Amino acid sequence: MLLNASGCLDALIAPDVARSLDAFVTKTVTPQPRDGNTPVRIAETDVGMLNSIGLANPGIDRFITRNLPQLGELGVPLWVSVGGFETDDYADICSRLDDHADVTVIELNVSCPNVEAPVESAAEIVSASRLATRKPLWAKLSPAVPDIGEVARAAQAAGADGLSLVNTIRGLKLDDRTLRPVLGPGQGGLSGPALKPVALAAVATCYRATQMPIVGMGGVQTGLDALELIAAGAQHVALGTVLFADPDAPARIRAELYAAAAARGWNAYEDAYAVAHEETLSAQATLDERSSV
Amino acid sequence: MRRERLSVVANEPVGPYTLLRVTCGGLDPGVPGQFFMLEAPGRLLPRPMSLCLAPRHELAFLIDEIGPGTAALCRLERGDTIHVLGPLGNGFDLDVERPLLVGGGIGIAPLPYLSEALGRPPAVLGFRSDRHAQAAELVPNAQACIEPTLVTELIPDGMDVLACGPAPMLDAVRALAPAAQLAWEAPMACGYGACYGCAVEIDGELKRLCVEGPVLRAA
Repeated sequence: MLLNASGCLDALIAPDVARSLDAFVTKTVTPQPRDGNTPVRIAETDVGMLNSIGLANPGIDRFITRNLPQLGELGVPLWVSVGGFETDDYADICSRLDDHADVTVIELNVSCPNVEAPVESAAEIVSASRLATRKPLWAKLSPAVPDIGEVARAAQAAGADGLSLVNTIRGLKLDDRTLRPVLGPGQGGLSGPALKPVALAAVATCYRATQMPIVGMGGVQTGLDALELIAAGAQHVALGTVLFADPDAPARIRAELYAAAAARGWNAYEDAYAVAHEETLSAQATLDERSSV
Repeated sequence: MRRERLSVVANEPVGPYTLLRVTCGGLDPGVPGQFFMLEAPGRLLPRPMSLCLAPRHELAFLIDEIGPGTAALCRLERGDTIHVLGPLGNGFDLDVERPLLVGGGIGIAPLPYLSEALGRPPAVLGFRSDRHAQAAELVPNAQACIEPTLVTELIPDGMDVLACGPAPMLDAVRALAPAAQLAWEAPMACGYGACYGCAVEIDGELKRLCVEGPVLRAA
């Protein structure tokens, strides 16, 4: 399944792009409306882009009354990204989304690098949200932690149904003339090609740690990038920064993904699921055999 | 919103700027003040450029080389191809009685196409040097001034002002002409409302230029 990364598409402004995906993930919704961070909000670097949008969104009240009915008419399964500043924020929004049939999945954004993070752990947020909704809950994690596998295991134990990996990691760009930060808030979230190896490592680690369903994302520019994430242990792949450069990317990347799988002898790209681990295991088995001789 | 791969016809110097001419393919030139996202070869993100001229079967963009993206665009040669998305955003309202075009620096970029659409009205343009002022030749009926003379010193009363330029110039213009139409600029990642990155703060309010602008009423 091909999705967009939360924050990288507005389906009400670009519905055709949303319809070219297998599911649409909303920008993060918070309890109160947010205008977002002070401009400048984006900057390109040589290896990716920085953003500091700051969760601009209409707030849950207007989201439910105004956005949700329109999103329901898109004809695309809807994932709602939920954010907050304390555990209760997440639980409250989850309970309010619980009886809306248009919402397929709730993604808990516990890892935005551009707003103040809740003091509670990801697991605590998942746990409270789990009590508030019967919807499938996916936890979107940051790779900027010492052991993402441990965070993933805790989210799983708290009742998460899947993982979205990865959110952006914090970066800084300085103006080459003034040597001052380019972005208004100073630092921002790094996305794009620089994030791909980070995402691959996070997906592989969390797959090994939990065997949970994973949406892999981070630096996907081509179908082969997507296939690599699947090989690392992602069932699904989300597109982020590439959508900014090319709104037609979903169709292109899907075609490339099929071709990349076929070129390696698979009938479907799903056949590549977690194959990176098989190789690791067989290599490990060889080592084990050698050491036992 | 349409994205096509277009061929470069020519890259021509205009003073320190570069006029990039590409075939228009199936793309509509749109309304003056609207913009296109131009693939900058070797860069991750495309660059937003308002349409400068729409000669037959072509689109032309005036580019100021200020960084690696614009440098890549200025290095394109005849026959090279780039992806172009557009037209995007909201252009100028052409229903004006006494139009006066006001431009500053690279902000004159949308004025040649706007001038044609409005029947070549008078224009006042400000530049930082004689060399930059060579770009005034692209705008018919234009009076150019060089710093320290400011373009706002050349705006007579009672005109319908349509302006594009750096933010300080636009702030000065709207202080003089509260009904002016102003074309703003911001870094953009997508140009089609996906990233929310192109917000600018005007009178304490954040405006997303690609969907609410880039042309906004002064008041």
